[in-house]
Formats: sequence, C-alpha cells, structure tokens
Amino acid sequence: MKRFRLDALILPLIGFALVIAAWYVSSATWAKELPSPSKTWEASRDYVLKPFEKRGEMDQGILRFTWYSLQLVAKGYFLALVIGTPIGFLLGLSATFTRIFDPIIQILRPVSPLAWLPLGLVLFMGAGKSASELGALFTIAICSMWPTVLNTAVGVRAVPQDYLNVARVLKLSRTKTLFKVLIPATLPYMFTGFRLSLGIAWLVIVAAEMLTGRPGVGGFLWQEYNALVYEHIILCILTIGFVGFGLDRLMSVIEGRFKTG
Amino acid sequence: MPFLALQGVSKGFGPPQRRTDVLRDVNLSLEKGEFVAIVGFSGSGKTTLLNLIAGLTRPDSGGVTLNDLEITSPGPDRGVVFQNYSLLPWLTVTENIRLAVDQAFPNWSAARKEQHVEQHIRKVNLLPARDRKPAQLSGGMRQRVSLARALAMDPQILLLDEPLGALDALTRATLQDEISRIWQENQKTVVLITNDPDEGIYLADRIIPLTAGPNATLGPSIRVAIPRPRDRRTLNHDPQFKAIRRQVFDFMLSSRSENRVAITRKLILPDIEPEDLEQARYPQGRRTPLRRHEIKRETVEMP
Ligand SMILES: Nc1ncnc2c1ncn2[C@@H]1O[C@H](COP(=O)(O)OP(=O)(O)OP(=O)(O)O)[C@@H](O)[C@H]1O
Ligand SMILES: [Mg+2]
Repeated sequence: MKRFRLDALILPLIGFALVIAAWYVSSATWAKELPSPSKTWEASRDYVLKPFEKRGEMDQGILRFTWYSLQLVAKGYFLALVIGTPIGFLLGLSATFTRIFDPIIQILRPVSPLAWLPLGLVLFMGAGKSASELGALFTIAICSMWPTVLNTAVGVRAVPQDYLNVARVLKLSRTKTLFKVLIPATLPYMFTGFRLSLGIAWLVIVAAEMLTGRPGVGGFLWQEYNALVYEHIILCILTIGFVGFGLDRLMSVIEGRFKTG
Repeated sequence: MPFLALQGVSKGFGPPQRRTDVLRDVNLSLEKGEFVAIVGFSGSGKTTLLNLIAGLTRPDSGGVTLNDLEITSPGPDRGVVFQNYSLLPWLTVTENIRLAVDQAFPNWSAARKEQHVEQHIRKVNLLPARDRKPAQLSGGMRQRVSLARALAMDPQILLLDEPLGALDALTRATLQDEISRIWQENQKTVVLITNDPDEGIYLADRIIPLTAGPNATLGPSIRVAIPRPRDRRTLNHDPQFKAIRRQVFDFMLSSRSENRVAITRKLILPDIEPEDLEQARYPQGRRTPLRRHEIKRETVEMP
C-alpha cells in the first residue's frame, strides 16, 4: 500500500524530470532560440511571483491574465450550454428534427476556431468597440457546444423505455415528463458533454485572444512572440495547461456527483 | 357484462414481411374483484399481454375493453407493477410514490397526500426505508415499493408482471403472503402474470395458462376453489391443488410439443471479442465478423 503511494508520486515526477531534461538539452543543442528552463524562470519570475500586478495593458501578472481569459471562457461556455442543451434535447426527442439538422451539425462540428473567429468578427462588425469580444464569444460558443449537443442527444435516446412507460402509466404531462423523467435520466450524459465542452472552450480562448489581441493568457502569448520574449510563451503554455487540467478535474468531480443518480 | 374483456386480440412485432404474431386470438374476461393468474413460458408474450391491458401497446386486431370502454392509452385506473420494478432511481421511496399520488389525486391537499403516501409505505412494511433511493434497496424491497406505488393510485385494476420473478424462494413466499393479504383488504381486481404455476394457484381465483409462443393464446381457465386463507404448508397435499397443478402442467407441456418453443431474450454482452481481421470485411455488402455485442437478440430453439 505504501509502495503504491510512493509510486503514484514518484513516477509522475520522473515524467516531469524527463521532459524538462529534453527541454534543456534541446535549448542547448539544436534549438538555440528556445530559452532554457532556468532562463524561462528568470524571465517569468515577476509574472509568477506577483501574479495580480498590473503594469500596463499587456504587461500584467499571469493570474490576472488568466482571470480575464476565464471570464471570457465562462461567458462563451455559458452561452454554449444554454444553446446546446435544448438543441440536444430536440435531437434526442424528434427523429424529424434529427433528420433535418444532423447533417449540418456533422459538417459544422469539425470546423476549427481559427475559421470561425473571422466570421464572428464580421458578424459583429457593427458593434464597434465590443466587436472583438462578441466575435470571441461567438467562436467559443459555437466551437464548444457540440459535445453538449451530441451527448445530450445520446442521453435522451438512451433513457430506458421502462422510465417512459412509468411516465405514460402515471399520465405525466409533457412538461412533467421532461422535468421528472427525461432530464434526471439524461443528466449523467449531459455532464459528460459539459465537461468536454469546457475543455474545448478553454482551447478556443487562446486562438480567440491571439487573433483579437485581447488581454488574457492567449493575447499575452501572441504579443510576447511578436516582442521576441520567448520565455513568456512557455510560461503561457504551462499556465494554459495547468488551468485546463484544473477545470477538467473540477468538472470530473461534478460529473461524478451525477453518475450515481 | 365482464369488467375487463379481451376479444380476439392479436399482436405481432417486426417489419411487415417478417412479422411474427406473438399473441394470436387471445380472449379473456374478468369480473370485478377477481384475482386471475396467467402462467406462461418465458418469452411467450406475457408482458406483451399485460402491456395491451395497460394500454402501453395497442393490439393489431381485436379489442380490449375495461367497463365496456375501449382501452386506447394508459391511465391511472390501471395500476401496473412492472417486471423490472421501474422505480425512478433519482427519487426516494417516498418521492416515487408521491409522484403517483400527485397524478392520481391532483385535488387533494398536501397533508392528505402525505398521509396517503405514508399509509401505503406502511402497508408494504417499508417505513424504515422511506427516505432511501431505489439503489439502496434490495430487490424484494424495490418490488414492494413498486407495489405500493401501484396501490397508492387506488386503481380499479392491478396488473402485476412477474412481480416476484427475480426473488429467492423465501422472500418470494413472504411477498406472496403480503400480496394475498393486501388483496383481501382491498378486494381489487388483479391480473397476476407469473412463470410459477404454484404461485398462481396459491394466490388466484382462476389460473389461465398461456401456450408457448409464437402465436401464443390463452388456454382453458381453471377455477381454484380452495378456500381462503390458504395455508402454504398444507397446500402441497391438497388434492384440489394437486389436480389443478397437473392440469396446468399437462396443458402447457402439450402446447409446447405442438409448437416448438423459442426463447428469445435480449442479451447485453460485453464488447470484448476482437474481430477476426484476417477475414474479408465486406463480402456481400455486410461487414462480417460481427462483434458479439452487436447481436442483441438470441434465439434458442428447443425441440
Ligand atoms: N418491442 C418489441 N419488439 C420486437 N419484439 C418484441 C417486442 N416486445 C416483445 N417482443 C417479442 O415478443 C415475445 C414475447 O415477449 P414478452 O416480453 O411478452 O415475453 P414474456 O412472456 O414477458 O417473457 P418473460 O417471461 O421473459 O418476461 C418475445 O419473443 C420478444 O422477443
Ligand atoms: Mg415479461
């Protein structure tokens, strides 16, 4: 038992050590422009140790940037859930609706956020100053809603006939069937969709900020690339990774709550 | 005028070309307050028959009437105890029953509903488990909740689909006694589906065998005139019990030899068998080595 615990701690550390070693060797040999781990730490120190400081629009502590990004993601993600869940229910409930919309969904689903963003900007061109925010929200919402849509639809189709028979024998009204039977029975599937959607929303944020130049982890990353401060690219990548991992863990816990249902 | 009547009812499944009749020309009539047991082989169409009475499915031909009114949809006048309990797993025992009471008696006050729910939980001896979720109950307890839910709607007729099928012999006997007691208290009309002739004879006023499927139909109705309360321990030696038992078995076994039995049941197999990649994949437009889990139905024919 003790050995197992130790393994669980040591083995991942070995993984980290190997990657950092490879990074170090690369920066010393074939990728001369890649900052070494120690140089990266030197350059990032201020941003990590004073994570909430604001020195200028595009020069802020890393957690402050993260906070901006999270706010944008939260809005776009919320939009995705609000739009995606009802679409998922309609797809699951109506064969006609599925036949009408399934092909178009399958075509739109694989489109990359990089392709949606320009369209988003065009759509909200009239909005003036907030055009870039609306465009980014549009992109996050449309890219991240598909897992919610599809998982909800699968969940609704998988509601056991037994439960529907109970609803029919009790003569539950349509709304009561929806709220007392369909939604509770679909919740586990919905939350799987929600978790996957959040992962995508976080992926999209970087692309959206890069292209619009909004302050945030992604915007910072792109600006520092242009300013030739390569250390900060790595700082941003690590931040994005850790935050994404944290969000996924959080959603897994919430998802687990509903699994037992 | 019978209370419940099935006349020339047939029901089949499958696409028109390969449609097989599960039930063919079923006739049944029940008086009010009667307890009728229907026994049949597994897969012969018992659940289908019960769904027809419940109004969950409509017959292909023939008619089902309750009080001379055609049954076209389910309703709270028919309480159903489903074969697999069918409790909603996200509701507690109390909430499951409350949902039914809300539907059956929308005009009652909250206090009255609450009292009614409690009374029915007590009736099936589940007061200590009232706030538990179905997953935290044993099979026998779930079955009792299901029974309480059906009774709480105060239906005109109670439809029980193998309510004790999944239980061990001892629990089964206890619950049989409970059903018997509850029936004598309420004098509801009951249709009990069972695969155990002894259970049918012990509980019912009449026992009717269902022939082996496909094309199953009801056999002769056999009256059980053994006086109540019936004593399980002496029943086995009761000459009338033995005669009825023999009659039922003889009928069912002879129906089976006339009609090869096919047991078809849904199989849920784990997806663990690898495909044989050596074999051609699309010989006649059909991907052949099928994965085992794609075969959801299996038919075993017995001579
Ligand atoms: N919805 C359906 N679609 C196709 N076939 C069905 C359907 N429902 C039942 N059947 C078939 O009808 C036959 C009778 O099924 P039914 O469930 O009524 O049997 P049963 O007597 O209740 O069996 P058991 O004792 O195992 O519960 C079976 O062969 C089954 O495969
Ligand atoms: Mg059945």
